[in-house]
Amino acid sequence: MSTLFVNEEAYPLPEDPRTTLLDFLHQHLAMFGAKKGCDHGQCGACTVLVDGERVNACLVFAFQLEGKSVTTIEGIAKNDELHPLQKAFVERDAFQCGYCTSGQICSGVALMDELAAKNPSAVTCSADYSPKEDISERMSGNLCRCGAYPNIVDAIQDVIALEPQ
Amino acid sequence: MNPFSVQNIKHTQDITGLSTEDSAKYIAGGTNLIDLMKLQVETPSQLINLSQWEDEQSITEHDDHYRVGAMVTNTALANYAYHKPSLSLLSQALLSGATVQLRNRATTGGNLLQRTRCYYFYDTTKACNKRQPGSGCDALTRMNRIHAILGTSDDCIATHPSDMAVAMMALDAKLLLTAKSGNERVVPVREFYCEPGSTPHIENILENEEVITAVIIPKQRHGSQYYRKVRDRSSYAFALVSVAAGLVVKGNRIEKVTLGFGGVGTKPWFPVSAIKVLTGAEFSDEVLDLAIDAELADAKVYGSNNFKPDLLRNTFKSVLNSLYEHQCENDDYEGALYEN
Repeated sequence: MSTLFVNEEAYPLPEDPRTTLLDFLHQHLAMFGAKKGCDHGQCGACTVLVDGERVNACLVFAFQLEGKSVTTIEGIAKNDELHPLQKAFVERDAFQCGYCTSGQICSGVALMDELAAKNPSAVTCSADYSPKEDISERMSGNLCRCGAYPNIVDAIQDVIALEPQ
Repeated sequence: MNPFSVQNIKHTQDITGLSTEDSAKYIAGGTNLIDLMKLQVETPSQLINLSQWEDEQSITEHDDHYRVGAMVTNTALANYAYHKPSLSLLSQALLSGATVQLRNRATTGGNLLQRTRCYYFYDTTKACNKRQPGSGCDALTRMNRIHAILGTSDDCIATHPSDMAVAMMALDAKLLLTAKSGNERVVPVREFYCEPGSTPHIENILENEEVITAVIIPKQRHGSQYYRKVRDRSSYAFALVSVAAGLVVKGNRIEKVTLGFGGVGTKPWFPVSAIKVLTGAEFSDEVLDLAIDAELADAKVYGSNNFKPDLLRNTFKSVLNSLYEHQCENDDYEGALYEN
């Protein structure tokens, strides 16, 4: 049977191929952590990880992910222990209404892996840039209408500082 | 969204003899197609799913070219190109487009085939000859700030939105196309796109059920390179104007110039006239003006986009001046303008 894995559990693919990953999470698995914002890949509220890479869950059909592993915000914390980035969001007050937060955190978790892998960004092609500018560029796919950006960037920087370089 | 069926492709040979419906569409990453399907701009009755097309998910280096499989993601290609000095331009162009989330899904083949972001193309209540041939073009007389000034017609002024395609034009990439019959052909990307004329719904020379299999990028020297993208915000927006450029100078003579323009053309723009003026010329402010004058000779503006010729001129001159200075200070340099 065709399956995809969500937070390490196997699930059969939905029968209707029109089902996006986001709708699959919401309507089939009752996992509402990934949020439906714009539903057109423009806001990042639905960001989840697919095989460790961040994607917009609203712009991918579930059938495209046959055999792939999806990690949602529900799978970011381990054994009731918050992920360091989740803790940093709390400590830095990196959210207001919270609607975009699950996408921001999934995006931030992937961002740290991308930095560790030394993936370039548009900013790293500039003459001089600050780590803050680089994080902002890399997080530009996650919009926050409350404008919590400064604290979000600070929270990510806090966790990067904790990671062995 | 309208119902559709799905057929999977796992290997290139599966394309041969594929049984498809008239309105079938290939789906690669889907970042543009799914968006259009949600808006009922695209209503395919069948999707040919390329997610498992294993043969075309890698990049290989050969003696005189790089071969990029159609299913290589924008992220993978940007990372790869970043480490190849002669492809710096391509890496910068890719990284300036969209967001990490989208680049992780978007593919090389899909990027080349993405549709315009013209507001009237996306809004099914508005007239658009590209979406519905013969219905008219609301962009001509209404909001056209983001629209084209080069290659336009009385029927369509929509821009091609891709940054990557602009770099591919500049780098003289070739496209490997595979047909359902099994026939393969190689087409220069510079000959791939069609200007709208009276048939804006025909955007390229792909035959029915042909698919882009790979992109072949010849190994060439491009000298100091820069992809400059001018837009309404610093990230995650389409180009109002973009200039892809590479420059090789000897003394103050332009030995070679590599160019592509984005945001100004109905297709990723290859500025033949400007290149002709520049190649072999002594570098000067005057020759830059002559070059961009030659390219803009046929430009047309439509009201809200009246600023674009000046913006293109200024961006072009600024980029070329930076590259010239850099070449003068760094003989035989190959790579991005800024070293990291």
